[in-house]
Amino acid sequence: MADAELPMAVDGGYDWDGRWNHVRKFLERPGPFAHPDFEPCTESLQFLLEMCKILVIGAGGLGCELLKNLALSGFRLIHVVDMDTIDISNLNRQFLFRPKDVGRPKAEVAADFINNRIPGCKVVPHYKKIQDFDESFYRQFHIIVCGLDSIIARRWMNGMLISLLSYEDGVLDPSSIIPLIDGGTEGFKGNSRVILPGMTACIDCTLELYPPQINFPMCTIASMPRLPEHCIEYARILLWPKEKPFGETSLDGDNPEHIQWVFKKSIERAAEFHITGVTYRLTQGVVKRIIPAVASTNAVIAAACSLEVFKIASSAYIPLNNYLVFNDVDGLYTYTFEAERKENCSACSQVPQNLQFPPSAKLQEVLEYLMENASLQMKSPAITTTLEGKNKTLYLQSVKSIEERTKPNLCKTLTELGLSDGQELAVADVTTPQTVLFKLNFTT
Amino acid sequence: KFQPGYLCLKLWGDHGQDTLENAHVCLINATATGTEILKNLVLPGIGAFTIVDGHTVTGEDNRAQAATELLQELNSHVSGNFVEESPEKLLDNNPDFFHRFTIVIAVQLPESTSLRLGSVLWSASIPFLVCKTYGLIGYMRLVVQEHTVIESHPDSALEDLRLDKPFAEFKNHLQSFDLESMNKKDHSHTPWIIIIAKYLEKWLSEHNYKPPQNYKEKEAFRQLIRDGIRKNENGVPEDEENFEEAIKNVNTALNQTKIPSAVEELFNSEQCNNINSESSSFWVMLRAVKDFVHSEGNRDLPVRGTIPDMIADSQKFINLQNVYRTKAMQDAAAVSTHVQRLLQSLGKVCKNASFLRVVRCRSLAEEYGVDSVNKDEITSCMDNPDSEMVFYLILRGVERFYQQHSRYPGVYNYQVEDDISKLKLCVNSVMQEYNLNVNIKDDYVHEFCRFGASEPHTVAAFIGGSAAQEAIKIISHQFVPFNNTFIYNAMLQTSATLQL
Repeated sequence: MADAELPMAVDGGYDWDGRWNHVRKFLERPGPFAHPDFEPCTESLQFLLEMCKILVIGAGGLGCELLKNLALSGFRLIHVVDMDTIDISNLNRQFLFRPKDVGRPKAEVAADFINNRIPGCKVVPHYKKIQDFDESFYRQFHIIVCGLDSIIARRWMNGMLISLLSYEDGVLDPSSIIPLIDGGTEGFKGNSRVILPGMTACIDCTLELYPPQINFPMCTIASMPRLPEHCIEYARILLWPKEKPFGETSLDGDNPEHIQWVFKKSIERAAEFHITGVTYRLTQGVVKRIIPAVASTNAVIAAACSLEVFKIASSAYIPLNNYLVFNDVDGLYTYTFEAERKENCSACSQVPQNLQFPPSAKLQEVLEYLMENASLQMKSPAITTTLEGKNKTLYLQSVKSIEERTKPNLCKTLTELGLSDGQELAVADVTTPQTVLFKLNFTT
Repeated sequence: KFQPGYLCLKLWGDHGQDTLENAHVCLINATATGTEILKNLVLPGIGAFTIVDGHTVTGEDNRAQAATELLQELNSHVSGNFVEESPEKLLDNNPDFFHRFTIVIAVQLPESTSLRLGSVLWSASIPFLVCKTYGLIGYMRLVVQEHTVIESHPDSALEDLRLDKPFAEFKNHLQSFDLESMNKKDHSHTPWIIIIAKYLEKWLSEHNYKPPQNYKEKEAFRQLIRDGIRKNENGVPEDEENFEEAIKNVNTALNQTKIPSAVEELFNSEQCNNINSESSSFWVMLRAVKDFVHSEGNRDLPVRGTIPDMIADSQKFINLQNVYRTKAMQDAAAVSTHVQRLLQSLGKVCKNASFLRVVRCRSLAEEYGVDSVNKDEITSCMDNPDSEMVFYLILRGVERFYQQHSRYPGVYNYQVEDDISKLKLCVNSVMQEYNLNVNIKDDYVHEFCRFGASEPHTVAAFIGGSAAQEAIKIISHQFVPFNNTFIYNAMLQTSATLQL
């Protein structure tokens, strides 16, 4: 075989002879499966090495793999964002971290590791939340690749890139599109998708593909537990706020003292009902909503995502169009399909969103619709409108004083609140960086 | 010490971890693909690895040594070793070297070495995983004579409720329920399993002891249950979710309890019927289960013992769950009387009696033999000339090219154009040897020359993750591995599993 390099060469200067041979073969040679725009040339490598700017979101299981793959494929201008610090439980997957790094920010340790081991690579870390940045930050990147474990964060990122799109006379300006590659894993299953905001299906277009998180009904938790998980949720949801064991601090899944408290209370609850199976590990899993992670699935999905970054950056091949599903529970199974855009997607369609309610409906019903509708799945929507020329907050949950002031509105009807047919409601939520506009249509 | 029944299995659980920690993996060739595979085995904690590699890193350290040091950093509990020797030399001088390993994984091996090593490992019954990253194509071939899967963890498993053949303890438990006389609260919190069982009793007494057979009868049965929903003073049916659950589950609940055909086949196999001192523990346990089936089990497998979650009050649910659990433990104890040793593993086998699988792969010799090549598989796949099978065929042609020209096609830019026709000749000569008449598109041959035998890291990482997981399945005997050839087309992000 031709000279294969070690994945992490330790010495030598930048770009020793033959360093990028495996990459150059795809950049400098024509081929029947290349993108129609592809032109083989030696300058492509320079673009990759010196100009192409990639943003990696997440420096966890997927993020570590992504950074390594991108760096070994020639990308050097990489930024990575992650708001977490390293926990000892991360070490069996997130291989850029060592025991001595526990407690340090993931983004910084990951960047250091890559920069030290892969000569020439300049990873810039950001120990921040994605919401801490605005358009000016995101606009600088050629491609953004996500290795997140939260649907809310994905939707926010999705919304951010959509907000960067510019239209002239209703026509999308292609230079305002930043491709988003999104990877997700759960145990032995994973998926990888390519999103061209404004052109192909976005995250919100296919919200139904994400399975809803398991939330047990309150009555089961409160009075009729059957499973050990019910007992743990009882301690987490009901006992913690009531007993405030650590003062005003909220339950932190990463704090062993907190978990120990929940564990003890869960055991007591379980004993009451003769339920077996409550363990410390299960307690932590339920509190953190942990789905067991597997190194190999992260490796596979990150590999697929990194390859798509390469394809888009180089035009060496036509990118994935547009969704890959992977599952290796029984043999290995992949399924590739084109997810379709939703005509009236609340995130990317620019079609005004309608809300149909009778004028006698209560605001509570509108709130529930925004949260429960499969295509919207908002988490804690804040509803405002303009009445008599003035901005009025109808209901907002996230600020305690405003929540108390606007709570009575939930029981009032739409007409009682002064809303009329055709009224525009502006809804803000954690799932999107931009407010979503809805038009209220009164039904009879 | 015997500990029957209930095991908590989250992914592969604690006992799966034991087999990993006792495993010694051999990796041949520490290329990008090889080190990626090993990384994904070192991180979850295999006991030990040995890298066999005769290559040097351009002028510097031997590749095997450098890779060992880097991988060792990832997990201090793993013992890493290296042998600075080519596999060909080892096969010449000391083929028994490979007998110490739990599994041998080889990457980027020339065909002749694969076949030689394959033969040695086949005779020694050591699983062999052959992997290759060639441009944007990934390839894996699993070679194992007989691999037993004790826990196949199927994604969607039908429940084992025995409603068609209720066991004595269940019938007893059922008697403690009188749906008619229950108060409102109890009525709406009775588990659906009890509801279906009660109404089934009623149906059987009215239908000559024949359960609902066809759609019409099942509909009637559902209606019978629906009629049991309590009504308020205005005659409007109450909101009884447990009854709704019962109605929804009628179809599956009325399924006949029977032994899956896959398990029947195992019962009828040679190894099960001829248990001797050489028999593996898997076959001993399987035989014990079979003997149970023909005695205490009354022609059925041991009861699984789990029930799905359902609307019910805590006490009724727990009591019902315990009826099934106790029965499962009794059955497990009965099986144990048929077994002399390895009692600790027994609980697993009972709970998963219907999920036992055996995977048998054809040897490399069979795949490559002119008389034993799987022509049907190849020609039927190639009915679609864009099937992933074409990449397998061209890879065979690439190896032929290497044998003839002592190099791979298109490594240097100036070679690409000319090598296309040379590679095509090689592919055709392989097809002719096997008397295969298939259409191989020129575009694919061209693309393989473009690849220039490169090993792009992204494709290496994909195979790295896939191969590692298959190796873990082999080592832990949990989950079903692929059989026997996996092709990954990174150009389109598609894949296929072929039986060659």
